[in-house]
Amino acid sequence: MTTPLAAQPVLRLQNLTRVHGSGATEVHALRGIDLDVHPGELVAVMGPSGSGKSTLLTIAGGLDAPTSGQVIVEGTDITTAGLKELAALRRRSIGYVFQDYNLIPALTAAENVSLPRELDGMSARKARVEALAALEEMGLGHLADRFPDEMSGGQQQRVAIARALVGDRRLVLADEPTGALDSETGESVLALLRSRCDAGAAGVLVTHEPRFAAWADRVVFLRDGAIVDQTVRSEADSLLTGRVADA
Amino acid sequence: MSIRHGLLALLEHGPRYGSQLRTEFESRTGATWPLNVGQVYTTLGRLERDGLVGQSGEDGAGHALYAITDAGRAELRTWFEKPVDRTSPARDELAIKLAMAVGAPGVDIRAVIQSQRRHTVKAMQDYTRLKAQALAALEDTASRERDDVAWLLVLEQLIFQTEAEARWLDHCESRLIRLSATAVAPAPSDTASASAAVEPGHGPGAPHAPGAGAGGGGEAGGSGGRRGARAGGRGR
Ligand SMILES: Nc1ncnc2c1ncn2[C@@H]1O[C@H](COP(=O)(O)OP(=O)(O)OP(=O)(O)O)[C@@H](O)[C@H]1O
Ligand SMILES: [Mg+2]
Repeated sequence: MTTPLAAQPVLRLQNLTRVHGSGATEVHALRGIDLDVHPGELVAVMGPSGSGKSTLLTIAGGLDAPTSGQVIVEGTDITTAGLKELAALRRRSIGYVFQDYNLIPALTAAENVSLPRELDGMSARKARVEALAALEEMGLGHLADRFPDEMSGGQQQRVAIARALVGDRRLVLADEPTGALDSETGESVLALLRSRCDAGAAGVLVTHEPRFAAWADRVVFLRDGAIVDQTVRSEADSLLTGRVADA
Repeated sequence: MSIRHGLLALLEHGPRYGSQLRTEFESRTGATWPLNVGQVYTTLGRLERDGLVGQSGEDGAGHALYAITDAGRAELRTWFEKPVDRTSPARDELAIKLAMAVGAPGVDIRAVIQSQRRHTVKAMQDYTRLKAQALAALEDTASRERDDVAWLLVLEQLIFQTEAEARWLDHCESRLIRLSATAVAPAPSDTASASAAVEPGHGPGAPHAPGAGAGGGGEAGGSGGRRGARAGGRGR
């Protein structure tokens, strides 16, 4: 890596497997994944449809359990943690952007964003102030009191991103967060995610878009539930030098 | 890339000398296409021969100055007005390589694709980081420097170009998976017919799990020695 990384990863996946179903309908969604994500690092996961990207992310976020292997978030193995401990970790440390937004239809944009903070014991007033700031950052301050079904897909997606970024989340997991966004808006979301990671968070981004994956420090290629290859970013200084000029 | 027209465009801002043109050209394009002074003088010589620039004395330090002529201005207008020709595409090494890899004995085309994909995405990561820096610089300075804006446009062109390539590689891979269910027939002149299938070992109609060539990932690391070949290879 180009930047010195703290010793302990925020997320560590060890020999992770996930089998859906059994017998003839058995699907090996993940086959022995090892992945460390350190503070300050943004990792992009790319791969064809069905290669296991969402499965990997839901397990990393404690929303699904692996068939075998370990998921360690900030030093805690969440596969063996108690339900209460897991719930607290998910509220405080993990921000999750779902592929299909997953907003609560009966709550406004601001309420959707502030809910996890209130559940965590923050006062409603403080949580709202924080939520409004997060929505503002997404360019949605004016839609704070709208309900999800009164917003466009791209707007809902940005509310979901605000919800994942609000507070001091150490681990941000985003599944196709740019799917419903135009190129410019998608880019600003990536710039924001990037700046969160630069400020010390660890991020995992699932995307089909190479242009968005390119914001990551590392791009991991998934095929059939296994990591088959990865890139690291090089020093910018070494770039664009030594090119051969052609007349 | 047209150095000729690039130099004319710079000379339209006023007389310049050779190494000055080189510096200005590179700060516009972020040294993406480095020029040497020799190329600049050769090009100036040709422009002068064609009546598009003329020598115009010396500056205080004794540098020979060149100035654009009326014919040069007319040529420059035409250049800006006319689209760049894309109907006779420049030779593309990657397209040629993949075309040759189809049915090449002992070549795992999906490994070729993956090693290119790694390289291309890595180049995008590098360009994107430079772009983030360029954007930050533009936000910092109230007065937008012309060169900074030009450099950003060039970087974004490189990003979109590598993106197109990465998408095309993804497409090639799924295309090949699709086609490998029905073997590719060898060309009539190809006597070594046994090696002509896209995926050796899969007969026609062989069951084929999606993405079954996971081994095509090849070795990680060692991103190959072709740095720069893509961005530099657009000569004209
Ligand atoms: N609940 C489930 N039951 C059975 N199979 C499942 C289940 N969830 C996912 N799978 C299978 O696991 C594999 C991986 O699915 P996953 O959703 O992780 O793919 P993905 O890479 O996110 O794809 P996409 O790009 O389409 O979102 C697929 O073959 C899928 O059909
Ligand atoms: Mg998915």
